[in-house]
Amino acid sequence: MDYFLVLLLAGLGVTLVGGGLIASRLFAPRNPGGVKNEAYECGEETIGSSWVHFNVGYYLFALIFLIFDVEAAFLFPWAVVFRDLGGVAFLEVGIFILVLIVGLIYAWRKGVLEWV
Amino acid sequence: MLLTFYILGTVSVLSALGVLVCRSPVYSAMSLVCSFFCLGGIYILMNVEFVAVIQILVYAGAILVLFLFVIMLLNIVPTGESVRFNLPVLIAFGIAVGLFAQISGLFLGDIQFGPKDVYTAEAISEEGSIGLIGRLLYGEFVLPFEAISILLLVAVIGAVIIGKRRLN
Repeated sequence: MDYFLVLLLAGLGVTLVGGGLIASRLFAPRNPGGVKNEAYECGEETIGSSWVHFNVGYYLFALIFLIFDVEAAFLFPWAVVFRDLGGVAFLEVGIFILVLIVGLIYAWRKGVLEWV
Repeated sequence: MLLTFYILGTVSVLSALGVLVCRSPVYSAMSLVCSFFCLGGIYILMNVEFVAVIQILVYAGAILVLFLFVIMLLNIVPTGESVRFNLPVLIAFGIAVGLFAQISGLFLGDIQFGPKDVYTAEAISEEGSIGLIGRLLYGEFVLPFEAISILLLVAVIGAVIIGKRRLN
């Protein structure tokens, strides 16, 4: 397979974003300070630091997503060779998914998937 | 081909160094993404497209999101302090040196480079790396495959137990 086009697109993407940043650094006048550093138009002035603690719920969601992402990764090869391997492989993957569904039900029952 | 490998390898090593050098943890994480993408490119050079896609999907996608959430969760503000050599840093340094020595030993020893046995580059490109992996995973290596599901189950339950304590 020819990956030249992928490389070309990746290069184009990097050039577009990086070029924009570099061009603005080169051509735009820079003298920050005063009103320019304040939250612009849509922003409220923050009370205290804007570095706040995030809810641990985000992390749990991401972790559970990661686990089922890995599960999906293991199902791709199955989909490719499904016709050749047939019933036995179906059973194997069935057990695999069943074990993970136990985990999903556990997380569900513990209320981790509920938001606030 | 070889030139592409050297470019990808150099960028990968440099961005891996960037992870260590950057003061801001978010910059470190972004540097890690760059390293992951370069590794994905190297996997494609090795004819294992499936591993490359998984590398980008799982590592650059999901695991990096997790890292960023941890950075936000622990509220790590860039301080500009340099690393102090306390006990945990020394232990981590020792483990890293040991791991490096082991990998170096592997390369110095009697190692067979290139494709092994029947899995030559032609065989891989004929059936595709996904098909070959699937054939092995659901044929010869069924037990490890099912063990993975247990491992993932343990990960879910562990995450829920530890996270739930903080959630309440």
